Amino acid sequence: MTAYRIRHTASRFLIHLMLAGGSAFMLIPFFWLLSSSLKAPHEIYVFPPKWIPDPVRWSNYREVFEVVAVVRYTANTMIVTLFSTVGVIISSSMAAYSFARLRFKGRDIMFGLILSTVMLPYVVTMIPVYILFTRLGWIGTYLPLIVPDWFGGPITIFLLRQFFRTIPLELEDAARIDGASRPRIFAQIILPLARPALTVVLVLSLLYNWNDFLAPLIYLHKRDMFTLALGLNALQHFESGLDWTHYVMVLATLMVLPVIIVYFLAQRAFVEGIVLTGLKG
Amino acid sequence: MQSSPAQSTPAAQTDRGLRFFHRLSFEETFFGWLFIVPAVLGLLFFRLGPVFASLYLSFTKYEIITAPKWIGFANYTKLVTDALWLRSIEVTLWYVSLFVPLSLTCAYTIALLMSRNVRGITSYRTLWYLPSVVPVVASATIWRWGLNPEFGPINYPLKVLGLPAPRWLTDPDWIVPSIVFIGLWGLGNSVLIFLASITSVPRTFYEAAEVDGANLWARFRHVTLPLTSSIIFYQLIVTVINSFQVFGVAYVLFVSNPSASSAGPDNAALFYVLYMFRNAFGYFRNGYASAMAWILFLVVMLLTIILFYSQRRWVYYETEGGGS
Repeated sequence: MTAYRIRHTASRFLIHLMLAGGSAFMLIPFFWLLSSSLKAPHEIYVFPPKWIPDPVRWSNYREVFEVVAVVRYTANTMIVTLFSTVGVIISSSMAAYSFARLRFKGRDIMFGLILSTVMLPYVVTMIPVYILFTRLGWIGTYLPLIVPDWFGGPITIFLLRQFFRTIPLELEDAARIDGASRPRIFAQIILPLARPALTVVLVLSLLYNWNDFLAPLIYLHKRDMFTLALGLNALQHFESGLDWTHYVMVLATLMVLPVIIVYFLAQRAFVEGIVLTGLKG
Repeated sequence: MQSSPAQSTPAAQTDRGLRFFHRLSFEETFFGWLFIVPAVLGLLFFRLGPVFASLYLSFTKYEIITAPKWIGFANYTKLVTDALWLRSIEVTLWYVSLFVPLSLTCAYTIALLMSRNVRGITSYRTLWYLPSVVPVVASATIWRWGLNPEFGPINYPLKVLGLPAPRWLTDPDWIVPSIVFIGLWGLGNSVLIFLASITSVPRTFYEAAEVDGANLWARFRHVTLPLTSSIIFYQLIVTVINSFQVFGVAYVLFVSNPSASSAGPDNAALFYVLYMFRNAFGYFRNGYASAMAWILFLVVMLLTIILFYSQRRWVYYETEGGGS
């Protein structure tokens, strides 16, 4: 029995070692990012790497505002993220309610069609959609980034529909006997009960839009319209003749920080969202 | 109360009974369609419509200013002789063949390890998933310096130990492996999905196997693996499809503007979508780029179909039709 115990403890230890080692690999880049953002540029390029900046240059975080339009980029990103998220939640939850609860001819066909586009690569639709927005004169505005979200997202619809189906029918029937209309049932019974699912969708949509790079890259060309993703990309390619690596690191930190905070606050929703979108197969 | 004809089966009677109470009403149909109007319009204008529009465009010469001109298969025949397009295929396939097996086996192994260790599982899960929430631009930024051959923290231990330190993002042979490496940093996503599926395997299955004297390997081979095979299969499809569409990392690291004519030394970072993007938004060759998009689309569809047909051989489904 002791031999078994020893082997058991040893294997436990090994597992911990591997998982902890991996966790370090996952975390070091964050540490490196933060540390570089507090260094002078010449201290980033040294061998061996200096892990703790000395001196700590907090001034980088003040100076970056003079070099890049941080406030502007952040505000732009927030506008896009906010309006897209509100849109995708409203339009998708409506459709999801209809698909989950109302019976009408053609419902299953429409749901099947929408579901079939979950795997559709963005790049296949990218060019015609761009042409459509060119015709509408929307290039260089936030509309191409926001408007599509007001027309439902396949994954969001699917997730919410699955959740709506778990809400007991009796609640809805009781409301109907009291004479509540469908829109009222949807707004006052289904939506409040679906808060956990809506949180998942909310968090995933916030993350997606905050991080998105390709769509802003296609549609936004003027610097003062840039989102953080575009600003961060542009700063790295900006030929100033000076070494701005530390400012790049500051901007990256500022972009990542809110994401990490939301991630830790809404971890459960994140994990659930990933697992739900991943397990649907 | 109406009674149904005698010849109908009990099941049909129930069905009819239900229909009696929940008859398809005008009210339901009206609101049903009303609520899905935005989603249906989105389907038509942002998904299905564009798929067919890009098929049409792929047979035309179209540079936005003039009307699309029908040129038959000219775009497709031109692609075959386009050295850069062939290069982009080479780069992308090299990436897919490295990233897909590596990321799936690593993620699955880690998920297995995590599932063995109940204590601390949540903190490990949190930490491993963290890089997956980082925006692609930021992760490219981080790794541009992280993989710096002289001063980066990755080459540091290799140099200290006197091991050969790769030139990562500056060596054409190492560019794709570097991007694979960066991709593996975001492994947590697959780990989480695998972990959820592994931990949902009922305990009783393992207990039964143990009673039968199955050792660790046998329990994995005959219980865990078959019961998680449908998720492995699904992850395989998703990873392959996503790997064909690498764009952001390569763009941030190697391209400074849409019409830049190179992507890394020796075009070693010229991923398929990058080249397509350059043609569409750098050169405004929309017909040509649409042809590329459709070839990618066909490949993705074909792969999905092949995987779906082959899954019967190796994917185990516990129950048939367990309700939707």
